[in-house]
Amino acid sequence: MAEVPATSTSSSRAGSARDGGSASSRTRRPGLGGRARRARGWLYVLPAVAVYAVFAIWPALSTLRLSFLTWDGVLPATSAGMDNYTRIFRDPALYEAILNSLVLIVFFSFIPVLIGLLMTALLIGRVRTGMTFFRVVFFLPQVLPLVAVGITWRWLYSDRGVLNQLLELVGLDGITRAWLGDYHLALIALGLIGTWCMSGLCMMLFLSGAQKIDTALYEAATLDGAGAVQQFRHVTLPGVRKEITIAGVITTIAALASFDLVFVTTNGGPAGQTNVPALLVYRLAFNEGNIGSASALAVVLTVIVIAIVSAIRFFAREGK
Amino acid sequence: MRTRTGGTAVRYTLLVALAVTVLLPFVSIMLAALHLPGAQISGLSIPSEWSWRNFSLAWEQGNFSNLMRSSVIIAFCVVPLAVVLATLAAYGLAILKVWGNRALSVGFVLGLTIPVELVVVALYFNLREVGLTNSYLGIILAEAALFMPFGVYWMQSHFSSVPEELVEAARIDGARDLAVLVKVLVPISWPAITTLSVLYFMWSWNQFLLVLVMMQDPDRRTAPAGLGLFVGQYSTDIPLLAAASLIVIAPIVLVYLLFQRSFVNGITQGAIKG
Repeated sequence: MAEVPATSTSSSRAGSARDGGSASSRTRRPGLGGRARRARGWLYVLPAVAVYAVFAIWPALSTLRLSFLTWDGVLPATSAGMDNYTRIFRDPALYEAILNSLVLIVFFSFIPVLIGLLMTALLIGRVRTGMTFFRVVFFLPQVLPLVAVGITWRWLYSDRGVLNQLLELVGLDGITRAWLGDYHLALIALGLIGTWCMSGLCMMLFLSGAQKIDTALYEAATLDGAGAVQQFRHVTLPGVRKEITIAGVITTIAALASFDLVFVTTNGGPAGQTNVPALLVYRLAFNEGNIGSASALAVVLTVIVIAIVSAIRFFAREGK
Repeated sequence: MRTRTGGTAVRYTLLVALAVTVLLPFVSIMLAALHLPGAQISGLSIPSEWSWRNFSLAWEQGNFSNLMRSSVIIAFCVVPLAVVLATLAAYGLAILKVWGNRALSVGFVLGLTIPVELVVVALYFNLREVGLTNSYLGIILAEAALFMPFGVYWMQSHFSSVPEELVEAARIDGARDLAVLVKVLVPISWPAITTLSVLYFMWSWNQFLLVLVMMQDPDRRTAPAGLGLFVGQYSTDIPLLAAASLIVIAPIVLVYLLFQRSFVNGITQGAIKG
């Protein structure tokens, strides 16, 4: 949207309105209506900006400042220089947490995108009975509080849980175990809960993208003798490219910043195998009184989120 | 047409398999919750004796009267506050085009990628200084702030799609700024506002970390935060935990089913315009 100042004659009232505002509009000559309106507009924007600045921007910047300090939250803080940052890369518990969250991207983002595409492929096409039902069901996990999801899956994965029951049913008694307590498999088990939550979201994004595809393309493909699979590959998939990028971005942020799910299922265990940055930020800041390290970790996490999101966007644009 | 029947069978088989995978966890905690209190359950099992007592037990022991009240108070303050502020701001940015509207819009969009973790650490200590921790007001304002980028962005993209003639016509009729917003824009924007409200309700209801950090008083925690700590106390009592989880899930599932269309529109369109 280009800025188009409304036109009408200039007047002294507009001039006085401008004096209260910025001097940047010096070169423009918008009329009374436009200029005064643009000044008055601040009355509408200000409350939102104020709340956002005070309760989000300022704390975010304060966290950045705290990351260069040593502080327990009570006694006066002392300068720490870069120590909090170097500690992240020296302390295995901290950098392993970052690596774990990168592994989670596979389960929160990559696999859900694939399953979402499968769901989309199964649901698009002519309206068939029950399609709305499937759509509503597939999306359901996405609206639930993750704490409740975590409790549910803790039970499913437990020693006497449903997963082991099913495995025994098909004769795989040998591999049953308490999945979230398994040293090697806990992170994967945790990740699969994310897969369960995120697939429906991906599907919903792809479906809304697929609805915009011109149906003539499908008809043309059918005339060319393309089967359902080929149609999906050559018509649907290119049509939802943008949505795949968006799904990738949203789910990646969810993976890197995941907290609720880990907090109630494993709380980082066994032996730190499922530690994630958000969990350690919480623990360092509010249980161990090491606010400097917590802040530095939060900053590093933010940088990683922004870097990966930018990378996804960049490659999505390059690939076109 | 000949091959279609085979394809349809495969299609439905896969769909049903996926639906079962999605629904199985629900079925399993439903069944678990309906067992006798304290029952030892293994896997999916039909209760020998059906019982609703876990729900009332969980409600009492989990202090859910208080938790639900807090959740409702917070959600019912956050939603109108955040929706009104976001709508006003979007009006200023998209229709009145205030000075600096481009920079502000970009600022709000960038806010969409900032994880809560970056905000929450310092927010706690900042609010502690002014006595806003352990208070509903602090949580309400913090949630409104966290949800602001999406709301402003959502309403802004909605207002930009309103034909300019509509606004111009109202202005020629002598309507002031506020009247244009209230009498012209809001009435035609109800679908967008409903979607935003439903999403805000969901995010506020499900918010966990923020409440965990900001609210120490166990009587004024929200339902998910209370549930998160309830687990620690009763980690082995599966029927009780299942009932407690269902209590926390129920309101949001109800809202989802009632406003199913708004949910889906909000999440997909909101994300795609970004």
